[in-house]
Amino acid sequence: MAFSLRKSHPARSWSGALELANRLKTRIVGAAVPRKEGVDKLMGRACYIDDMVREGMWHGATVRSGIPRGLIRSITFDSRIDWSEFAIVTAADIPGENCIQLIVADQPCLADGKVNHCEEAILLLAHPDKHKLRDAVGAVKVEYEPLPAIFTIEESEQQDVIVWGADNLLKTFLLEKGDVDSAWARAAHIVEGEYRTGAQEHLYIENQGMIAEYSAKSGVTVWGSLQCPYYVFKALRPVFDLPEDKIRVIQTETGGAFGGKEDYPSIIACHAALLAMKSGHPVKMVYDRMEDLAATTKRHPSRVRHRTALDRDGKLLAMEIDLATDGGAYATLSSTVLSRATLHSTGPYLCPNIRVRATSWATNHIPYGAFRGFGAPQAIFAMERHMDEIAAALAIDPAELRHRNFLHVGDTNATEQEMREPVILDQLLDRGLKESDYHAKRAQYARENPASRVKRGMGIAAFYHGSGFTGSGEVYLNSLAGIDVTPEGKVRVLASNTEFGQGTNTVLTQVAAESLGIDYAAISMASPDTGIVPNSGPTVASRTSMVVGRIIERACSQLLALLREHARLGATYTQKEFLAACESYRAAHGEVVSLCRYEAPPGIVWDDQKYHGEAYGAYAWAVYVAQVAVDTVTYSAEVEDFWAVQEVGRVIHPVMAAGQVEGGIAQGIGYALYEKVVWQDGRMANNQMTNYIMPTAQDVPPIHVYFEQIPFRYGGFGAKGIGELPHDGPAPAILNAIRDATGVAFNAIPLLPEDLYAGLAATEEMAAR
Amino acid sequence: MNKGKRTTPSERCPAISFKVNGETRIVKAPPMKRLLDVLREDLHLTGTKEGCGEGECGSCSVRMNGELVNSCLVPVLQVEGADIQTVEGLTLHGELHPLQKAFLEHGGAQCGICTPGMLMAAAQLLEQNPHPGIVQIREALAGNLCRCTGFIRIFEAVAAAIASDDGRPATGPNTEQTRHAQEQTHHAR
Repeated sequence: MAFSLRKSHPARSWSGALELANRLKTRIVGAAVPRKEGVDKLMGRACYIDDMVREGMWHGATVRSGIPRGLIRSITFDSRIDWSEFAIVTAADIPGENCIQLIVADQPCLADGKVNHCEEAILLLAHPDKHKLRDAVGAVKVEYEPLPAIFTIEESEQQDVIVWGADNLLKTFLLEKGDVDSAWARAAHIVEGEYRTGAQEHLYIENQGMIAEYSAKSGVTVWGSLQCPYYVFKALRPVFDLPEDKIRVIQTETGGAFGGKEDYPSIIACHAALLAMKSGHPVKMVYDRMEDLAATTKRHPSRVRHRTALDRDGKLLAMEIDLATDGGAYATLSSTVLSRATLHSTGPYLCPNIRVRATSWATNHIPYGAFRGFGAPQAIFAMERHMDEIAAALAIDPAELRHRNFLHVGDTNATEQEMREPVILDQLLDRGLKESDYHAKRAQYARENPASRVKRGMGIAAFYHGSGFTGSGEVYLNSLAGIDVTPEGKVRVLASNTEFGQGTNTVLTQVAAESLGIDYAAISMASPDTGIVPNSGPTVASRTSMVVGRIIERACSQLLALLREHARLGATYTQKEFLAACESYRAAHGEVVSLCRYEAPPGIVWDDQKYHGEAYGAYAWAVYVAQVAVDTVTYSAEVEDFWAVQEVGRVIHPVMAAGQVEGGIAQGIGYALYEKVVWQDGRMANNQMTNYIMPTAQDVPPIHVYFEQIPFRYGGFGAKGIGELPHDGPAPAILNAIRDATGVAFNAIPLLPEDLYAGLAATEEMAAR
Repeated sequence: MNKGKRTTPSERCPAISFKVNGETRIVKAPPMKRLLDVLREDLHLTGTKEGCGEGECGSCSVRMNGELVNSCLVPVLQVEGADIQTVEGLTLHGELHPLQKAFLEHGGAQCGICTPGMLMAAAQLLEQNPHPGIVQIREALAGNLCRCTGFIRIFEAVAAAIASDDGRPATGPNTEQTRHAQEQTHHAR
């Protein structure tokens, strides 16, 4: 691994180069400081939700629909159970609205009369002894009148059976640039392809869970494993019909999330809180692995069709893209996932004429939800796989085809957003080719493969990932974050952004320590508790370092300015002097706190109707290269080596940044080659770690991580987003390498040995004829 | 908390005696209760985590008589007289174990939920083979799933702990030496 810091960068797009240069001379930002909560995790004393016990606590469980769609005819309770020991909650017990607030209020908190997927919650039980719950759940008999159910994008778009709204259509977007229709006549080549991706399970190692307490006096308090305390807060309010000061949500240490704890925790929180209200006891609901796998959200399956016109030189003339996702039974986040898929579907390429039609369809699967990349991995898989099919059709090297079509500074992308920040795709690609020895290896494998049982190949993926919320999203979020100094002299970062492994605590503390000019160890994160911290937006969309980091940075500058003006803080100062200044400020003015709101970078204009303008404040860019070996006897595909070159702005913490990239690549390898959700009548059949297979320590290749650093002026100390980017590239790079190794175009993931066998056998059969 | 009192009064359960982190403990628990639950509920040692409950993820790994076991698959009756070590027993006199130090320095822990089990698997490896190569490290950790790190930084942390334990200076996270060794052995497998 190597880091290269570009000391100077193209001055063309920068007016504040001097200010930026000053911000780059850092002590703590860019250093591999110890993870803030690291010692607690390593000693086993970090407190996750299942480690927590409340006085008089009961345990909760969920009775779920066993069928994909139907009307509930009756619910009966088997007399072998003494039901007087249990608290029982149905939809009738909900004091407020029976819905889980997200974008559209279509999903009930508890089924009321009908069910739309196999895991829909119908009834909740609580008991002091958790071991009594399993039997009790089995003793609740629900009779249904089944209704026809649908499970594929194709069944949903046929609209023979309508399962959602008037037409099954959860959301649609149309994005247009130039004039696609007139381009086909001018094309030297037209290349078409269809690409599919499957569902993927987050497989955070800590299952989802919550503890809830209720009292008439203080309302609802919830502790849990979650990403977004204020999402849960907003979901609890309407269900309990309580004012803001009667709802409190506290994140406990969270054992992985990857988007899986963005939306689903709202459901468990409401369920646990309803049981707490009914039983009069604190209630813990922690899913076991089988329930978590079966019932919680997954990555949206997708189907993407490309039709592409190219000129004689292999330059893109027109792209027509039809992108469809399976959204599952309720709308949840499908519209925003589809939005990000749409905005990433044309890749990092310059093309004058573009039309993207995107649709998300309802089915009777569990609702799909947020998962690292949020639609981009699906769209980028299709685009980057398609680029290699274009390269093959035109007999151009895949790397060369990309060079010819990359976006550069001054170009506009699909939404006609002008690239005003540096774009160094050519440099990233060249570095990837050089580090991986791409050309020499391709030539070597082309010579060796015909006589070899193991066929090797090299594959590339080039891509960007938009950082932060789409379009005007960050303006609507209007995040508030900052810093305070408690009367005990504790300096705290105030933000609702949560730690779930990715390094929020460490990175935001680094930013604050750097800005305030005091020690990293002298600053702590305030508890992620809606009773304490302001709403700095959700911890999603690769926004924390860039967006919230910048707010914290500004809040620190604001605090220093106050102390200089009102508490005689000198131009230079020691930590002791800083704290003394805080105390003198407190004595004269009350509390020492500095909060700032999000400020959009200038020139961000977004038209939500036309899907036109500045889709993202910043883009992270990457080129990934995979070396893959396909065994033509066992039909296993093994990623032998992997190179990841990216530009993510300033790297705040080099070890954690590399860890994000490596972890994302491992998850991407699983997405490409291992992880298959097997559906049986709408239910996940392989909901066990025994048969839903993720990469192990034996399966990951060496991963070479390279950062080119071009600080982004409007990000926290120059940071852009990093968390999601590494999941975008591995699947297309790996399948392109398999294309290179075998000559066969595999256009669907996951690609398991049986799929490889089918594809290779079919090709051999064709050749034999 | 009155957990368990209604159904299986612990007074009626057989007493089982075993050592945990060097200390003799006697618990009254149903014989088929999982060691994982005894550690977490009866002994309040919550460092040991449940990830899957079926022996696949390794999060509940503890050492039992010098062997690495999934504590979710061990009924407590089997630990009578046994010597159990959990993550809480890794630190010595409040000082982090070299593996814990290396995990901290090299980014071996992210969300932390697999970390206690991963540390126990690594400790088991180093006790059996003080100088493992990358092939042995990968094999020893293959029963412990981590979804955050992609394992790379865990391999580096274990390699660094080996180096530091020898009294040699710990290798940095990106030394060419560990990287080279990793690549060599990977291609060889």
